[in-house]
Amino acid sequence: MEAAILKELYEKAFTIRRFEQSATEQYRAGNIYGYLHPYTGEEAIAVGTISALKSDDYIVSTHRGHGHAIAKGHDLGLMMAELFGKSTGYCRGRGGSMHVANLKQFNLGANGIVGGGIPFATGAGMAIKQKGTTQVVLSFFSDGAVNNGVFHESLNLAAIYHLPIIYILENNQYAASTPVERMNLVKDLSIRAAGYGIPGMTMDGNDAVEIYAAVQEPIARARKSEGPTLMEYKTYRHSGHHVNDPGAYMPQETMAYWKAKDPVDVMRNHLKSAGVNESEIKEINERVEEKMETAVQFAKESPEPSAEEFLAEIPVY
Amino acid sequence: MALMKYREALNAALREEMKRDPLVFLMGEGIGEKGGSYKVTDKLLAQFGEKRVIDTPISEASFVGMAGGAAIAGTRPVVELLFVDFAYLVMDQVANQVAKFNFMIGGQGIVPFVLRTQGGIGNGLAGQHSQSLEAIFYHVPGLQVIMPATPYDAKGLLKASIRSNEPVIFIEHKQLYMTEGDVPEEEYLVPIGKADIKRGGKDVTLVTYSYMTLESLKAAELLAQEDIDVEVIDLRTLVPMDMDCILKSVQKTGRLVVVHEAVRRGGVGGDIVSNVVEEAFYDLEAPVKRIAGKNTTIPFNVNLEKLCVPSVEEIAAGVREVYAS
Repeated sequence: MEAAILKELYEKAFTIRRFEQSATEQYRAGNIYGYLHPYTGEEAIAVGTISALKSDDYIVSTHRGHGHAIAKGHDLGLMMAELFGKSTGYCRGRGGSMHVANLKQFNLGANGIVGGGIPFATGAGMAIKQKGTTQVVLSFFSDGAVNNGVFHESLNLAAIYHLPIIYILENNQYAASTPVERMNLVKDLSIRAAGYGIPGMTMDGNDAVEIYAAVQEPIARARKSEGPTLMEYKTYRHSGHHVNDPGAYMPQETMAYWKAKDPVDVMRNHLKSAGVNESEIKEINERVEEKMETAVQFAKESPEPSAEEFLAEIPVY
Repeated sequence: MALMKYREALNAALREEMKRDPLVFLMGEGIGEKGGSYKVTDKLLAQFGEKRVIDTPISEASFVGMAGGAAIAGTRPVVELLFVDFAYLVMDQVANQVAKFNFMIGGQGIVPFVLRTQGGIGNGLAGQHSQSLEAIFYHVPGLQVIMPATPYDAKGLLKASIRSNEPVIFIEHKQLYMTEGDVPEEEYLVPIGKADIKRGGKDVTLVTYSYMTLESLKAAELLAQEDIDVEVIDLRTLVPMDMDCILKSVQKTGRLVVVHEAVRRGGVGGDIVSNVVEEAFYDLEAPVKRIAGKNTTIPFNVNLEKLCVPSVEEIAAGVREVYAS
């Protein structure tokens, strides 16, 4: 793979990592409130899959969605401002961490309901079919969503209508705090694709390069109107379900196993193997740090949403 | 003008809008070859093809959600839910996803989503196919709720709904499909959010919608023989509600009766009465009255079924009582 693409993948992964760290710091400092679900440990999936898209391809994200938005190229300042609930945020402070969206960049939004976005993603696929374009949709959800009816219904709908969708199952092995193996008897959740007559595949979710390479084929199939695919990526969160969940239920040895293949480290090693030297990596890191600092500053300095404007938008009857 | 059945008027609205805008498409159970259980989509498959008239499996939550996704991704879907009773299967997609989407993303986009469905008692369809569930949609911010009573309003409002950039819940009534009325030959729209005074009167304001408009008009004719002059307001749209029209009428008559088929408890009628009491208390010359469905599951037996929803006689009796006090 070309060094330029490797660098892009690394920069995105590192940006997501630093964004989640900054957001957590700002949460602890009291600048962010409500729910915050860090994507830390899962960066390779968003980076590997979304980097394989064209700019006008759609994504539908989840409550753990900052990584998807960053991989889609969203502005860190506008994202951070939304997490702060500020008027300058992507959603003018109406959505917050769980609802970051930017239609201009074809991100149809995150979701507070587990699995709730899967029918929306399927509908975006139907819109593409109606319009006759060659766009595709990536529908993100977690292992927690696969026992919800809409997952099954939507896969079947996409299958029978041959919709251009890649269903991205981010198996981080916990539905909030409940282990995946307690709620499913099958080992690889991607085998459920067979029940709907579509291809399914399970692979490691911590190597963005492998993910980027393997997602090309389902994307190409989707662009040719050959129907949807279910891709399952096994990964692990580096923390609890949300920022106030210490994750005491996560076994230390399992955590150590997954941290040993930290997706950001994996990408850094790819860069080194490709001959990218330390100073170039340092340059990327510094650029990201600078962007993060600007983003946090922007969010801090941004005004609160106007109460008058908000109230004026509400109908009386 | 042409005499048209309610279902034919709806069919004409869909046909005209699909012809006008290639981004309009239909989804639902048995809407293609079969033309829908009430023939609203009759012959549309032949004219527009399988790509735009899409039969779905029985997966209500997901195909309704799919219409939501298609709406936010640049098309204008009209999705049919066979019975409003199935609303309980789709409420996350309708109330948490479609209704809230544009608000939660700060108003970046539009959601031209139309959910067509039908409710009300039929003739022995029992508890899961006879309900009037407009109140559950009425309660959710972000949805427009439309319930036309005549072929004219059905056509004009469905066309306006398809062109609307905000989600619409469009609830038809199974007893209205075969009713007839005049519909203009030329194109027209009925604006969303405007009530219609179906019968002018000076003594009592009667506010209603959907099938109960027809029953209320019959009651008004009976009462006219007793020199009670009833003004019948057909809301047509429940959200946004045309309170101006109601308040003006109440200011004139000083008396209010609200009629709906849905169960009384938690019904839209309670909200209408509250609004009037808050806004026009001193215009009222008599206690207000709600005439609504009983707080019960609809029974199968047709004689029992009849007891559950307002009859012409009950409506007339209620108006008489308000007029006399």
